[in-house]
Amino acid sequence: MNNAGRPLSPHLTVYRWPITMTLSILHRMSGVALSAGLIVLVLWLDSAARGANSYRDFTDLMQSALGRLLLVAWSFAFFFHLANGVRHLVWDAGYGFEKHQARVSAWFVIIATILLTAAYWLAL
Amino acid sequence: MSMRTPLGKVLGAGSAKDGTAHWWAQRVTAAALLVLGAWFLWSLLQLDSLDYADFVSWIGAPFSSVMLLLLAVTLSYHSSLGVQVVIEDYVQGSMTKVISLILNKFFHYFLAAAALVAVLRIALGDGA
Repeated sequence: MNNAGRPLSPHLTVYRWPITMTLSILHRMSGVALSAGLIVLVLWLDSAARGANSYRDFTDLMQSALGRLLLVAWSFAFFFHLANGVRHLVWDAGYGFEKHQARVSAWFVIIATILLTAAYWLAL
Repeated sequence: MSMRTPLGKVLGAGSAKDGTAHWWAQRVTAAALLVLGAWFLWSLLQLDSLDYADFVSWIGAPFSSVMLLLLAVTLSYHSSLGVQVVIEDYVQGSMTKVISLILNKFFHYFLAAAALVAVLRIALGDGA
C-alpha cells in the first residue's frame, strides 16, 4: 500500500503551541532518554559485579565532564517523567481534565521537576 | 444493534487487538516505580560514599538486593512498554516495525537479566 503522496489533514502545526503539548512530547522524550539511562544503570551494576578495577573505570568515566552532564540530564528527565507520570495517573483516575487544570498541573510539574532535581544534587 | 461479533465482545480486544493489557501494565509498573525509584534515589543519598566498598556492601545487603532486583525487572518492563509505543508510532513499514518490536523485547530482557546477574553475583558473594 503506497500512501506517500496522499494529502494529510492539518495536524499539530495549525495550533498555537500550548504548554500542555510541550509536556506531552517531553514525557515521551524523557522516557526514551531514561531507557538509555537504564543501559548505564545496568553497566554501573555490572561494573561493580566485575570487581574494584572495573568499578573504578566506570565511576571515573561518569565523573568526567560529559558523564556529570549526562547524570544531571538523566536526573532531570527522571524527576520530570516521575512528576508528569503522576499527572497522567491523576488523569487516569478521572481528575483534572479541564483546560485550565491541565495548564496549572503542567506548570506544577515543571516547578516540581526543577526543585526536585536541584534538591537532589544539593543533598548528594 | 451492535455489529460486533459475540467472540469479539468476549475477547474485548478492541481495534488495537490486545485490549487494555499494555495500558494497564504501564500504569501498574509506573506506580511500582514511584516506590522503587524513590527508594533507589533515597538509598544513594544515604551511602557514605560511592566508593567500591560502600557501593558493593550496600548492594549485597539483603533488603537492598531484593529491592534492586525488583527495580531492575520493573524498570526494564516499563521501559520496554514505553519504547514499544514509540516504535509503533514512528517506525514505518510492517516488517521493519515487527523486527524493531521484537528487538526491543529481546534487548530489554537482556538488560533485566544482566542487572539480575550483576546484583546476584554481588549479593551471593562471587568473590567480588
